[in-house]
Amino acid sequence: MSSETDVLSEAAAWRKSGKGVALATVVTTWGSSPRPVGSQLAVDDKGKFVGSVSGGCIEGAVIKEAIEAISDGRPRLLDFGVSNEQAWEVGLACGGKVQVYVEKLG
Amino acid sequence: MKTATLEKLQAARAAKTPVALATNLRSGQQLLIYGGSTEGDLCLDMDMVVAAGDALRRDEHVRFSTPVGELFVQVFNPPPRLIIVGAVHIAEPLARMGELAGYGVTVIDPRRGFAESQKFEGFAVMGDWPDEAMGALKPDSRTAVVTLTHDPKLDDPALAAAMRSKAFYIGALGSKKTHAARLGRLKELGFNDTELARIHGPVGLDIGALSPAEIAVSIVGEITQVRRNGAA
Repeated sequence: MSSETDVLSEAAAWRKSGKGVALATVVTTWGSSPRPVGSQLAVDDKGKFVGSVSGGCIEGAVIKEAIEAISDGRPRLLDFGVSNEQAWEVGLACGGKVQVYVEKLG
Repeated sequence: MKTATLEKLQAARAAKTPVALATNLRSGQQLLIYGGSTEGDLCLDMDMVVAAGDALRRDEHVRFSTPVGELFVQVFNPPPRLIIVGAVHIAEPLARMGELAGYGVTVIDPRRGFAESQKFEGFAVMGDWPDEAMGALKPDSRTAVVTLTHDPKLDDPALAAAMRSKAFYIGALGSKKTHAARLGRLKELGFNDTELARIHGPVGLDIGALSPAEIAVSIVGEITQVRRNGAA
């Protein structure tokens, strides 16, 4: 296995230790995007995370949704588009668009 | 994702069994798709299962629109492999960088003392002769082979085995002069120009690399170029 952090294994270990865990996966990208389709981010119920779904631009918003998914159990499909001044926190500065699927584990 | 699905996915990955995970992005229902079987609570038409199998073979995640919702198929293939022939100085940074780039690395060197070197702790190391080791490893279309020994007795059989395989990248360390002599020897073994042209020699991108680590950067760079952009 590669020495790059194995997100799924980490998520499975968190789950096994009894934590609430959600998994976010990049399912579509348009234009320039920092992480390819299939990139994953695991989040626990305290907001601790491993992996990435962007270069750091949208992780904050994804983590917030992931924590909600852990509590309500519903999967969600999130869209992130071109950023602007007002929506800096949830935008991609590179001008690309990504769609991220967030699901609760277990 | 259900716990059972996660556990089965992890088991398949640990066993290096190719598996695809299909997810209905609306309902969250999922199906694991193996070569010949499926497992999970998502019902899929046979043609979708076949399409997912194709995605697995192409090693490409895919997205489908179906009447019951958007479908995402994530493929989990075992990591691509990097076979390094010669447990020499350059092999150490090459093995480490190859691993960082996501490759499962194996180092082959039958010479006493080389393969046992502490430098390769944590990597798969084989002390067999390259032709035997290559026979056991069976390089495929997701395998890169790099020879580093400069010794024809070791490099040539490994390169011959690599050319008989579908390895996506074959590289041989050595100067232009060394490489020309090598091609001459391999030609005598019956390899034609098309087959010989698969060998990248001198190995690596021409970035003026001098130190072992820099040479490893140039080799991993070239392997990446071939893997992502196709053969030049």
